[in-house]
Amino acid sequence: MSDEHHDCCAHHAHHHELVIDALQVRYRNTLALEDVSFATSCGNRVALVGPNGAGKSTLLKAIAGLVPRSAGKILWRGSAVKRWSREFAYLPQREEVDWSFPITVRGLVEMGRYPQTGMFGRFTAKDDAAVDNALASLDLLDLQRRQIRELSGGQQQRTFLARALAQEAHVLLLDEPFTGLDRNASRQLGDLLERLANEGRLVVASHHDLASVPRLFDEALLLNTRPVGFGAAAEILGASNLDLAFGHITDAEDRAAPQPVTSDL
Amino acid sequence: MDLFSNPFYQRALAAALLIGFANGFFSGFVVLRRNALSVSALSHTMLPGIAFGILLTGALTQASAFVGALFAALMVGLGSVAIARGNRVAQGTALAVIYTSAFAAGVAILPRLDTRQELEHWLFGDIMAVGDGDLQIAFWIGAFTLISANLLMRPLLLTLFEPNVAAAQGVPVRFMHYLQFTLLVLSLVSSLQAVGCVLSVGMLIAPAATVSLLTDRTSALFWGGGALGAVGAVGGVLLAAWMRLAPGPVIVMLLGVMFLAAWVFSPKYGVIALRKS
Repeated sequence: MSDEHHDCCAHHAHHHELVIDALQVRYRNTLALEDVSFATSCGNRVALVGPNGAGKSTLLKAIAGLVPRSAGKILWRGSAVKRWSREFAYLPQREEVDWSFPITVRGLVEMGRYPQTGMFGRFTAKDDAAVDNALASLDLLDLQRRQIRELSGGQQQRTFLARALAQEAHVLLLDEPFTGLDRNASRQLGDLLERLANEGRLVVASHHDLASVPRLFDEALLLNTRPVGFGAAAEILGASNLDLAFGHITDAEDRAAPQPVTSDL
Repeated sequence: MDLFSNPFYQRALAAALLIGFANGFFSGFVVLRRNALSVSALSHTMLPGIAFGILLTGALTQASAFVGALFAALMVGLGSVAIARGNRVAQGTALAVIYTSAFAAGVAILPRLDTRQELEHWLFGDIMAVGDGDLQIAFWIGAFTLISANLLMRPLLLTLFEPNVAAAQGVPVRFMHYLQFTLLVLSLVSSLQAVGCVLSVGMLIAPAATVSLLTDRTSALFWGGGALGAVGAVGGVLLAAWMRLAPGPVIVMLLGVMFLAAWVFSPKYGVIALRKS
């Protein structure tokens, strides 16, 4: 696998930028996301934080091209992303995956090469090498012949990350990656995401545990259908912002009229 | 051995081989997709489809039955996929509503036709009555299924495993869903005359279900399923002649026995192996 994909940011002065501009997603009559704008660049880990139903998963899916956006633009490295980009990889929540599917770890990672091989293309030596590199990079070589149902939660997460690496993706879009992992697996995954970001990838993940955001992420987008705030992870989660995103939890105020929101952008 | 020089018998064996292999191959998709029940729903709508075909053309010919069955199955199958895309109703739910309604319509029309006797034959099939035209149809449908499934195996498997991740990689997920449904309907139609619409479900599920108990390899589900389907179908025809039974039921019973045997004796996932460990 060529190295240019990996150290793209570590050794460059210009960082590859991901710009989300006035993104709107509408399901029938409900507004799932409105006027979401932020900009970040590879090398960062960005947390999407907000209450249930705030649109965290929808935002990830919209960036990945899985749900159509009704307005707004996504720019990656200065050019508009139309529907999907082969440089983006989407990692679903673990509960959404059918882990009893008869496939080995290696088979799952090989699926990452689809953008390169296309519908009919043969699997070449170059594809095999990319799969080998991805497995080695995530320490999965010993497990490559295992069925995916025989993996622990942390290993399952790593297998999907390896699939993204095999795809040579720059932007990793993870839906609640830490959910259901025990303390050790959680710490391992945290270190791993840090390493992947240091190698020059952009990590964007929805995350529901507020306390661990500053430790696990560099930047955070606070979201409640609209963006409430965006900035360095440690600073953005101040009490006033959290109140804006989550609201004071009293039943009387629940589902009150949307408050005016001042965006940082 | 004069049985083998009998042209009816020769055609029956050829049909069993063709349909057994093609349907066994396709059963891999059914097992991976875990939608065995919707296949059985689909097969039952073929009956009202045939009834409509007769009603429209006025006669029970090969062509009218095929057109009717194809129409009904496509309508139900694609309709349920389209409804489920709205995310409000699960595909199984939509399928159940549409197929019971279609079946009810078929039952309502049935007494108005004077070909009830022959309809029974479509229900359970008669492989000894397979003609050259049927053989040709079975051949072309089998060839189309095998070629398109093999050419598109990679995107089909990606879609089956995790459609969201596949879509994010640029796999045309919606097209793959429709293609699978189309192939399924074609497989059902091709086995119509041989084993009938009700029993064809067995040929579309049992082979790969058996293989799935014996191996973890995905490709084995398809090729092994095909081989097992062909063996079961040909063996069923031979056995039926020997036991003087109708071939259709014997084929499906044989496949069922093989599944049971794998379920009990499989070295890794069998009942005995699991009990020992």
